[in-house]
Amino acid sequence: MANIISDETIEYVGILSKLELSGEQKEQAKKDMGLMLDYIDQLSELDTTGVEPMSHIFPIHNVFRQDTVTNGDDQENILRNAPEERDGSFIVPKTVD
Amino acid sequence: MSKQYETVIGLEVHVELATKTKIFCGCSTAFGGAPNTHTCPVCTGMPGSLPVLNKQVLEYVIAVGLATNCEISHYSKFDRKNYFYPDNPQNYQISQLYLPICHDGGVEIETEEGKKIVGIHEIHMEEDAGKLVHDDWEDCTMVDYNRSGVPLIEIVSEPDMRSAEEVIAYLEKLRLLIQYLGASDCKLQEGSMRADVNLSIREAGAEKMGTRTEMKNLNSFKAIARAIEGERERQIDLLEEGKEVIQETRRWDDNKEYSYAMRSKEDAQDYRYFPDPDLAPIIVSDELLREIKSKEPEFPTEKMIRYKEEYGIPDYDIEILTNTKHTADLFEETVALGADPKKVSNWLMGETMRLLKENAMEPEAICFSPENLAKLIQLVDSKAINSTVAKEVFQEMFHHDIDPEQYVEEKGLKTVNDQGALRKTIEEVMARNPKSVEDYHNGKTKAIGALVGQTMKAMQGKADPALINQILQELL
Repeated sequence: MANIISDETIEYVGILSKLELSGEQKEQAKKDMGLMLDYIDQLSELDTTGVEPMSHIFPIHNVFRQDTVTNGDDQENILRNAPEERDGSFIVPKTVD
Repeated sequence: MSKQYETVIGLEVHVELATKTKIFCGCSTAFGGAPNTHTCPVCTGMPGSLPVLNKQVLEYVIAVGLATNCEISHYSKFDRKNYFYPDNPQNYQISQLYLPICHDGGVEIETEEGKKIVGIHEIHMEEDAGKLVHDDWEDCTMVDYNRSGVPLIEIVSEPDMRSAEEVIAYLEKLRLLIQYLGASDCKLQEGSMRADVNLSIREAGAEKMGTRTEMKNLNSFKAIARAIEGERERQIDLLEEGKEVIQETRRWDDNKEYSYAMRSKEDAQDYRYFPDPDLAPIIVSDELLREIKSKEPEFPTEKMIRYKEEYGIPDYDIEILTNTKHTADLFEETVALGADPKKVSNWLMGETMRLLKENAMEPEAICFSPENLAKLIQLVDSKAINSTVAKEVFQEMFHHDIDPEQYVEEKGLKTVNDQGALRKTIEEVMARNPKSVEDYHNGKTKAIGALVGQTMKAMQGKADPALINQILQELL
C-alpha cells in the first residue's frame, strides 16, 4: 500500500463526516482509505496531455428553466420528511453557529 | 500610538436577485409565507431531485457583471460547497468556485482624494440557505426552508479599500447599479444585500498584507462603519501588545460595538468543493451577451448628462434625483405629465426628503404616484391652493397617495378667489385690530404682516397671501 493514512487524517475526516469511530473502526478505515487512494493513483499513470478537464459526464450545456412559479404550497407533503415537526417547521436538535 | 497603520479592506457582497422563482426550482421567492409553504423536493434536498438553472438568474448576473466592467466567462459551471448545518438540507451549497460567471472587473468610486477604482475579483451565482429559529424553551431548532434556494450573487472585491468611507462609497455604487438594472432591491436591513468585511492592518508603507479577519452580520451602512472602526482598533491593540492577529470569522454585535470569534478550530472549514454533476455547464454565447447588453437601462452617469441638457436643472438637484432609480423614475414620469422640471425637483428634494428622514424611510418606499404629484403642482400653479395648504396636502399624499384634487375639494381647502368675500374679511380684521392699523400709519410698515396673518387665520388658510397684501395696501 503506497498511501499511508495518518491518525490525524482519519481523526479529521471523522470530524468532517460527523462520525464517531472506535479504535478498531479507525484502523480499518485507515486501511480502506489507503487502498482507495492507491486505486485512484492509477489514473495518474495515464498521459492526459491535451485533454480538457471534464465538468460533466454528458455532452450537454445550457439547460435552463423559465422564471415562472410552477410549485404551489406543498407544506404537508414536505413536512412528512421531517424527523419531527411543529407549527409548519422542521424540528432538529438545537444547533447554534 | 507611535506607529501609523493602514487598513486594508476587501468585501464579499451577497445580493438576493429579484426573480419570481428560486434558482433551481419553480418555488416562489415571495417573502413572508408561512414556514415551508414555498418548498419542494429540490430546495429541501430530497434524494433524487434534480436542480435546473433559472435562466433569469443567469441574465441578471451577466447584466451586473457587464455593469461592473467584468469579463463574462464563456464557459462556466457550478460546484458543491460541502458543509454540515441544518439551514442547508443537502449538506452542500450549490455555488461556483472554479469557473465563476464573471471576473476581473471594477467600479469607480469618489473618495476624498478623488476618483478611485475598486477591483472586482469575481461574481458568482449561488443559493441561499433556510432560516433557523432557536427555541430556547424546548431546546430545539425550528427550520423553515422558504429561503432555501433563493438566488444570490456574491460579488468579491479586491482588497482595494482603505477606510469605512471608501467601503460605503463602494457599496452605494454597487447598490445603485444593481437597482438600476432591476436585478435586486438591495435592502440592507431586510437582508437582500449583505456584506462581509475582510480586514487587515499593516504598518503604513509596508508591502506585505497583515493577517485578515472576516466580519459577518452587518446589516446597515452605520453598522459597517462602526465594525470597521472597531475591528481596526482591536487589531492595532493586538499588534501593539506584541500579539498576533488570528485568521478567523468574527460576528459583529452592533449593540455592544464589539466582534466575537465565531468558529472554533474544532469545526475547521473544509468545504471539499467539487463540480456539481446534476447541473449542466453554461456556455455564454455572443448572442446572449448582445441581447442582455441591449436591455441595459440608462445608468446614473448617463442620466446626469441628459437631465442637464433636457431639463436644465441644477447639478445639485440632478445628483439627488438620480441617487436612486425610484426618485429618478418618479421625476421623469411627473415631468412627462407636463409638470415643470424644477418644481417637480423641488417637491422631491425638499418635502419628500424631509418626510423620508422624519419617518426613517428609504426612497424606495415612496408611494405617491407621478399623476398625483403633477396634479398637486397644477393646483399650486393655478393658485387654487397656496403653498402652506399644498404642503399639508402633500403630507397626506406622501403617506396615503391620495388624489390631491379630490382631497382639496372634499376638505374645502381651495383658496377663496372671491375678491368681495376676501375684502369683507379684511375689513373686519382691520376693525378688530385698530392698533396694527395705527402702527402702519405711523410708519411701522411691518405691522401689515400681522394683518395678513390675522386674515389668513380668519380665512382658515384658504387665501392667497399676495392677494391679501395687495387688498390691504389699497384699504390702508
